[in-house]
Amino acid sequence: MQSHILSIILFTPLLGALLLLFVPKENKHAIRWIANMFALAGFLISLPLVPMFWEQRFEPGFKFLEGGANNWIPSIGAGYNLGIDGISFLLIMLTTLLGWISILSSWTAIEDRVKEYYIWFLVLQTGMLGVFMALDFFLFFVFWEAMLVPMYLLIGIWGGPRKLYAAIKFFLYTLAGSVLMLLGILFLYFNHHTLTGIYTFSIPALYQTAPQIPYHYAFWLFLAFFIGFAIKVPMFPFHTWLPDAHVEAPTAGSVILAGVLLKMGTYGFVRFALPFFPGVVTNPKVRGWMIALSIIGIIYGALVSLMQKDMKKLVAYSSVSHLGFCTLGIFALNSQGIAGSVLQQINHGISTGALFLIVGILYERRHTREISEYGGISNVMPVYATITMIMFLSSMGLPLLNGFIGEFTILQGTFMENRAWAAWAVPGVVLAAAYLLWLYQRVFFGKVTNPKNEKLHDLTPREVLTFVPLLILAFWIGLYPKPFFQILEQPVNQIVQTVRQPNANVNAELPVVHPEIVAQTSQGGK
Amino acid sequence: MFFLDHIWLIPLFPAFGAAVMFFFGRKLQKQTVSIVCVGMVALSFLWACGAVWQYQGWAEANHHQPFQKVMFTWLGTDTGHMNYTTHDGTLAPFQADAGFLLDPLSAIWLLFVTGVGLLIHIYSTGYMAHEGGYYRFFGYLNLFMFSMLTLIMGNNYALMFVGWEGVGLCSYLLIGFYFHRPAASAAANKAFIVNRIGDAGFLLGMFTIAWYFGSLRYVDVNLLARSGHFNIGDPIITAATLLLFVGACGKSAQLPLYVWLPDAMEGPTPVSALIHAATMVTAGVYMVARSNALFVLAPTSMKTVAIVGALTAIFAASIGLVQNDIKRVLAYSTVSQLGYMFLALGVGAFAAGVFHVFTHAFFKALLFLGAGSVIHAMSGEQDMRNMGHLAKKIPTTYRTILIATLAIAGIPPFAGFFSKDEILWQTWSSEGGAYRILWLVGFITALMTAFYMFRLVFLTFYGKPRMDHEVEHHIHESPKSMTVPLVVLAVCAVCAGWLGWPHSLGGSNRFEHYLDPVFAREAQVFQEEGKEAQLVAGEKEEKHTNPLEYGLMFLSVAAAGVGFGLARRYYAAADKGYAEPIEQAAPPVYRTLQNKYYVDEAYDYVFTGRRKIGDVRLGAMGLGEASSWVDAKVIDGTVNGAGRITRLSGKISSWWDKWIIDGLLVNGLALITHPLSWFARLLQWGLVQWYALVMVVGLVGFVAYYAWR
Repeated sequence: MQSHILSIILFTPLLGALLLLFVPKENKHAIRWIANMFALAGFLISLPLVPMFWEQRFEPGFKFLEGGANNWIPSIGAGYNLGIDGISFLLIMLTTLLGWISILSSWTAIEDRVKEYYIWFLVLQTGMLGVFMALDFFLFFVFWEAMLVPMYLLIGIWGGPRKLYAAIKFFLYTLAGSVLMLLGILFLYFNHHTLTGIYTFSIPALYQTAPQIPYHYAFWLFLAFFIGFAIKVPMFPFHTWLPDAHVEAPTAGSVILAGVLLKMGTYGFVRFALPFFPGVVTNPKVRGWMIALSIIGIIYGALVSLMQKDMKKLVAYSSVSHLGFCTLGIFALNSQGIAGSVLQQINHGISTGALFLIVGILYERRHTREISEYGGISNVMPVYATITMIMFLSSMGLPLLNGFIGEFTILQGTFMENRAWAAWAVPGVVLAAAYLLWLYQRVFFGKVTNPKNEKLHDLTPREVLTFVPLLILAFWIGLYPKPFFQILEQPVNQIVQTVRQPNANVNAELPVVHPEIVAQTSQGGK
Repeated sequence: MFFLDHIWLIPLFPAFGAAVMFFFGRKLQKQTVSIVCVGMVALSFLWACGAVWQYQGWAEANHHQPFQKVMFTWLGTDTGHMNYTTHDGTLAPFQADAGFLLDPLSAIWLLFVTGVGLLIHIYSTGYMAHEGGYYRFFGYLNLFMFSMLTLIMGNNYALMFVGWEGVGLCSYLLIGFYFHRPAASAAANKAFIVNRIGDAGFLLGMFTIAWYFGSLRYVDVNLLARSGHFNIGDPIITAATLLLFVGACGKSAQLPLYVWLPDAMEGPTPVSALIHAATMVTAGVYMVARSNALFVLAPTSMKTVAIVGALTAIFAASIGLVQNDIKRVLAYSTVSQLGYMFLALGVGAFAAGVFHVFTHAFFKALLFLGAGSVIHAMSGEQDMRNMGHLAKKIPTTYRTILIATLAIAGIPPFAGFFSKDEILWQTWSSEGGAYRILWLVGFITALMTAFYMFRLVFLTFYGKPRMDHEVEHHIHESPKSMTVPLVVLAVCAVCAGWLGWPHSLGGSNRFEHYLDPVFAREAQVFQEEGKEAQLVAGEKEEKHTNPLEYGLMFLSVAAAGVGFGLARRYYAAADKGYAEPIEQAAPPVYRTLQNKYYVDEAYDYVFTGRRKIGDVRLGAMGLGEASSWVDAKVIDGTVNGAGRITRLSGKISSWWDKWIIDGLLVNGLALITHPLSWFARLLQWGLVQWYALVMVVGLVGFVAYYAWR
């Protein structure tokens, strides 16, 4: 019995994009309505997944499997093969929610090329969902790359003054990483064939063979994957595409970029880098470097954030800091660290997504993001000021809001591995309060000094609506995170078990191709 | 057991009030706001009384165990499958409850927090009656009550941290209540960020506890700590307690993290009374007292606590000697009194420290509320240089402030006498010469306290009126809603100390005995193991008869008398332009004190980086600037450089392509081919006649060839 719920969730946005092709581009109203309906539908359709997944949360392995190995391009062993576990489940729910919110937030922000905008946005949505659902490396890579194009166009067409620079930088930088990853994938693919005589891109199958790769090969493979993912996360020092992309991207693009796209890097670490190369990631030197880069990212991102004059750039650098916590948790290599990391990825999607919406709302009214242009906004936009405060607090990790749960779990997990790592990361918590509260003080407190800010109108109901789900989630995760931890428990323990197995990637030569396997293959056995 | 079973309602009442204000406050009448918010705190207070009363009976039947009520698992999965490895390799569940705990220690905090909180809420209905943002103010106050109650009622460190950061947030919101004033918002930020530094220490201390003991629950940690498995002076426990104490220094404004508290006076006065005097700032004391089982295993930490406490006490008191803002005097006084409390904890006199928290809550809240009443009467004036001669005009305020001053100065039989004297005595009787020095520090502080407090009283209520006629004309006693809480607090400031009437004066010290289930064992451990020890209950009677104790008691009262005498001499008849005795005696000292030892400036140079040393900026902002430079020039420079190299190589390639490949090879070849092709062209001229001619010539040729052969 196969349920097709994943395919339905995956292709609903694409269907919307196809439908929009047939709507005349002058009819902006209809285009907006259709796009929003499909975005909302994409979210609503994903909701039944929640109770369905909840029932099986403790069961091992991937759930809601669809398709099968090799059913797509049998000659090379690529399959349309979907399936999720707790980690991808949460990221998928985040993606459908943020996709809807970003499309809703674009209603008045996008005025030209409306049709193309929504089409690309919906295509992007399918691409992102595909990345989290794919259980086949070929399929994964197709989605991974396919999603670059719409994002490139969103920045390049609807972006700010330096949009072309930012878009090209984003595209090339990420592409460079993906190429290395592709090489890695191919190595795993051929290695699998060497060991088993089967050509397949199936991820569960590769899980079996990849840890057998000897260390001095596995190390370079890990490095290839690492660069691909580290650019995406982005980890220090691969992060400089991020501020440019964020600053130039339209609001909704930034929300998706921060909320979902960055999570693909961390997802890649959790899903691939860890279970494929347990022997490499547990190597003290490799791990030390990963941790060091994470901690530098946390502190450095926060320090640079502190000095920004552009609100959006400030938020962008704060992402570097927050994602540093996520990678720190991952390379703690224990269940708390990884569970905290995944939860923090969700939290970052919620709070930083909201922060970009917040910046976008002011930008839409005043067309500037310079902090010095503002001051005393609390007086004219009280509802907006309140929501901003809550989201800032969530972002800086105040208890009873979501950010705290993630940071606490990550830090405690890290502490259990090494006291010094946690101690180095903790100043990030202090600095987060500093840059966010200072920003708040400069923008919201004081009297209105700039006459242009005197007549700003407070949030419209549509704008409030974009924040409501994020606020609910922020409080839910903060007050009662147990369901989230229960969803993550099984997959995270699974990964930790894989990573901590002895004899993985031990130092040995690559296996020689056995004659009988060659014979088998040449007889047509695939 | 009704109250005890539903103990979770105590923090939830004010949380509900805060939620109502958040969603509907804007539309509510001021009266409704008052009824809801004051009502919720009143309910909490009544419920707390009920619960504490029922706990008495429960504890009798349950070996004086703490009462626990676990609501649900807050952090963690509850399935037992998400574990972490503790220091010795055993697995411990990652878990923290949303659970409440009631024992004598939390009972005391519970009662005075809700009690004083209720009085201050009532007072605020009068004080804030004419202010904008009335609902916002009360919403924040209720949120504060919720956080504070969570802090003291939680059954584990994680939940304490929730309250800990929660009160920090409310403090931030309330200091910045007048957010249009730059000074207020700057003070709010400072408070939050400095507290965060402390919180970072708390977090690490908490992780250390989880790593070492495998649990964050107080009962688990205490059980293990008291099991005898750990040595006195265990380095990990020392580290954990020192880290926790960093947190306490932040929240309770101890050296070197005290700097936020004086600035916090930018908030409305009831806030200063509730948060920055009576309740929140004592959270650090609560935390150390709560962790007493750990602290006694770490003599180094105990000494650190005692020394930091004593230094803070005298340091803040000395600044308080010369301040002119009535609230600033009280702020430094609070820092100084908190120092006393830590001194008590540090010498192992936990109960005495808690006792001082308890009495201090009443008289310091009273002082702040009284100051608020003065400011109210003076149309917002806070500078004591512009006051004077108010005793007759606002008599209730005057009398209540006088009582509080007598209490804080340590005049018997007012509350402060008992608690302060207990601390000084316990410090003195700790073994080791160094403790005598700490006693001396405490003793001098007591003298200073009496001096600056009576200076405040004389400058405000006596002497010549020094205010404008306009202001003088408006002076009026505050409304009932403000004076009634003053009177109630004044009664407490007189009587609260009697609960701890010492044995030596024929009392039974009920307060300390009430806390015995929490501390008694600890005092004993501290004495048996480290010889620098604490009194055990049994031995106490004997030592208390020591004539030395009477002597010291007399000395500290005498010190208070001297402080009073000096203040009276210099300030009782102060007129405009009165002389400051310290300024006249030693101007540099006076300037240093006036500028608070230049600590804020030093911090700005070294830690925040708001001030430059020459051209060099240090601190966070200096690092931020350096990082930004590295980011733009080095890291992004490399990326852009890589891009530029790619483009350059593209240009070279395109030049090569255009001139060499296409130019030289392709077009050059074509150039050569062109003349050559002339010959080939002859074959394909396109003229039929030519073809015919060639054909004919060919044919002729063939024929001729064969013919001639």
